[in-house]
Amino acid sequence: MQSIVEFKKIFKSYPGVIANEDVSFNIKEKSIHAILGENGAGKSTLVKILYGHVKPDSGEILINSDLAIINSPSTAKNLGINMVFQHFSLFESLTVAENLILGMNENISLSKLKDKSKTICDKYGFNLNLNSPISSLSVGQRQSVEIVRSLLNNPKILIMDEPTSVLTPDEISKLFKILKNLVKDGLTVIFISHKLEEIINLSDFVTIMRNGKVVSTISTQNEDPATLGYKMLGYKVSKAKQVSDINSSKDIFNIKNLSTQSKDPFTINLNSIDLNLKKGQILGIAGVAGNGQKELMEILLNENDYEFSGDIIFKDLKINNLSTFQRKSLSISYVTEERLGHSAVPEMSLSENIFLSMNHKSEFKKGDFINFEKINSYASDVIKNFNVDTPSYNVKAGKLSGGNLQKFIIGREIMSNPELLILSQPTWGIDAGSEAFIKKTIVELSQKGVSIIIISHDLDELLEVCHQISVLYEGFLSNPLNVEDINITKLGKYMGGLFD
Amino acid sequence: MIRVQLREDYSNLIFYLSPLVAVALTLFFGSFIFLILDLSPIESFKIFFISPISNSYGISELFVKATPLAIIALGLSYCFKNNIYNIGAEGQLTMGAIFGGGIGLLFNDSTSVFLLPLMILFGVIGGAFWATIPAILKTKFNTNEILTSLMLTYVALFILDYFVVGPWKDPAGYGLPKSMPFPDAGRLPVLIDGLRVHIGVYFALIICLITYIIYNKTLFGFKLKVTGLSSKASQYAGFKYKNLIFYTFIISGACAGLAGLFEVSGPIGLLYRDISPNYGFTAIIVAFLGRLNPFGIILSSLLIALTYLGAEDAQLFLKIPSAVGFVFQGLVLFFLLGTDFLNKYKVFIK
Repeated sequence: MQSIVEFKKIFKSYPGVIANEDVSFNIKEKSIHAILGENGAGKSTLVKILYGHVKPDSGEILINSDLAIINSPSTAKNLGINMVFQHFSLFESLTVAENLILGMNENISLSKLKDKSKTICDKYGFNLNLNSPISSLSVGQRQSVEIVRSLLNNPKILIMDEPTSVLTPDEISKLFKILKNLVKDGLTVIFISHKLEEIINLSDFVTIMRNGKVVSTISTQNEDPATLGYKMLGYKVSKAKQVSDINSSKDIFNIKNLSTQSKDPFTINLNSIDLNLKKGQILGIAGVAGNGQKELMEILLNENDYEFSGDIIFKDLKINNLSTFQRKSLSISYVTEERLGHSAVPEMSLSENIFLSMNHKSEFKKGDFINFEKINSYASDVIKNFNVDTPSYNVKAGKLSGGNLQKFIIGREIMSNPELLILSQPTWGIDAGSEAFIKKTIVELSQKGVSIIIISHDLDELLEVCHQISVLYEGFLSNPLNVEDINITKLGKYMGGLFD
Repeated sequence: MIRVQLREDYSNLIFYLSPLVAVALTLFFGSFIFLILDLSPIESFKIFFISPISNSYGISELFVKATPLAIIALGLSYCFKNNIYNIGAEGQLTMGAIFGGGIGLLFNDSTSVFLLPLMILFGVIGGAFWATIPAILKTKFNTNEILTSLMLTYVALFILDYFVVGPWKDPAGYGLPKSMPFPDAGRLPVLIDGLRVHIGVYFALIICLITYIIYNKTLFGFKLKVTGLSSKASQYAGFKYKNLIFYTFIISGACAGLAGLFEVSGPIGLLYRDISPNYGFTAIIVAFLGRLNPFGIILSSLLIALTYLGAEDAQLFLKIPSAVGFVFQGLVLFFLLGTDFLNKYKVFIK
């Protein structure tokens, strides 16, 4: 088998981040080649470069050993490269056939196109009625339309960006069968994923990316989810630092047998989750993105009355049905994953953003009026104590850098003396200095007796600050592992869903 | 190809200046309308914008028109700040007139000083009641409030129609579709004898001040601001969006109802079919032209009121249809939306 695509020293940077750095690897003809990596590892940028959607700063791409200059998706299509995006671009009110003809470059009559599409559908087992409108189709069928649309252009290479993230297990196995048949007939499939198991099942080769760089390109034959997960996360043996013993045995927060039964195919259902947190304990919840972290955080925050069974208990009080406001009043604080537009409003001043989260505190109110004096002084204290680099509390939150704003938000929550602090991705996308400061602050806070839950994809961070780590996998939460005796192989296994 | 890109740092100063730019552009392009009609733009603008307010009667009329516009627009600003689009102020105004006016007709021989306050109260209740319907539909059934509030406007107008041709028709009215006049105790006091400007002006100013305080100093105003900027942040803060929908609808309905009652118990003095020259719709333009800022709304209500007067004068002296007034209102809104868009986005043409 010869290489159909060769990436040579691809480099692409965006302001503040290097998306791809010195990326070089080959993709063999007639193979299924997976690109694996965490969110932000540079997978999407790389395939968008191949599809002509993004221009690299430097580097070359060879197609069939010839230098290819791919300036736009249409040049890519002429070279036989097609892509199915994660978000479909279909016209809801038009029929399948009408959508297909819109994607054609050549002039073709609708009846001819229907014949052609029919042949493809029959050959590969796409279950599509060409005359039904898109709006009546399931997500899996819509994806089939996108794939058929690509196949009509007779591609040599098909790129799929996280094709399984929207599909049910049944639809996934169907898709895999189709893709394998397509490869038999000469197609090369490149697909992006961060799901370890499906990469083992589907692909022949996998390129693992981390922080914009290629870690390695290997055959999947001798791999299992644990070894792959280990390579993806780039486990560094950084022993837990400065985490002191927990000097209390009192449980402050418990989750008992929590499950969800959502019918929404875009959400992960949680399965009888149990969790115990002691006073002054830091518990990390690790796991590959998309294994139920978002859903767990939604239930902990309770912004939308998310339905679940089981119990959530804070200091012997059942808080299942308490609103966000009521939970905050009980001294539970939250730092959400999204900073702008969720835990802070970019268009509002820092002072106003203090009140955003602290409006349950009577000291900031005089009846129905806002006590801006108190809020401003609280804001100044946060800015001073948490090294927020800003000229004043009147500055709009959106003007702060990610790290500064995150310090401000975490400082805002900490200064309100919470007993339980729940953080989601606390150091995501911020500079190293702020990151170190935030980690130090979290550890110091636990020493003062505050219990902390950190949901994070960043294993290094969790190993550094947590007492215990549990792993989320497809809605299941593992038993907690003590950080002192964490074993690399075990963690890798857990990440792949193999709990004890 | 035209490409549009969000500006990272759009200017607050321009946001507040853009109504002036919009007005300037309206005048500029408006002059072409006059040129096409073979009229001198300068003379026409004089008749349109200056002569209507060159005497005390004209100025009084300006306030007569600006008062309902300002009161309704101030109420609407609560909804719009909360990203709730109440388009049905015209219907809420009509309901206010029916409720409040109904009280005036019920006690048509009353001389009590309490009659007018009672009419005002019922006017407010009528408008608020009519605005609660889209609020319930939105919160319970997730219905689009733009459609429901707009459709309810026509229902309200038909209800008014029914009353003035049916049970409330003036027996001494020669069969015309109008009610008996309200008793004197039910009439809104005028500020200056012989002119029509009435005490509604004070109400508009008081509502403006209260609104300013609510927006800038209170928790409720803060909730509206946060919710308008980011619904997710509003949830994070623990604010209940459904309650805010109710409160803002009720406030804007109450204001529209008040304005409706003022119209019928002030300048009109009875109920009939056409009690409002689209004040409820025009107030939407007033609210946005005033940048949803209470003081801005007072200024923009005066400007838009002037287009009503100018249109009447233009019809008289220039022999052009008074619809020209609506053309100017439309142009102002168009250019305002345009300047806002260009302030928020960069446009590239390749």
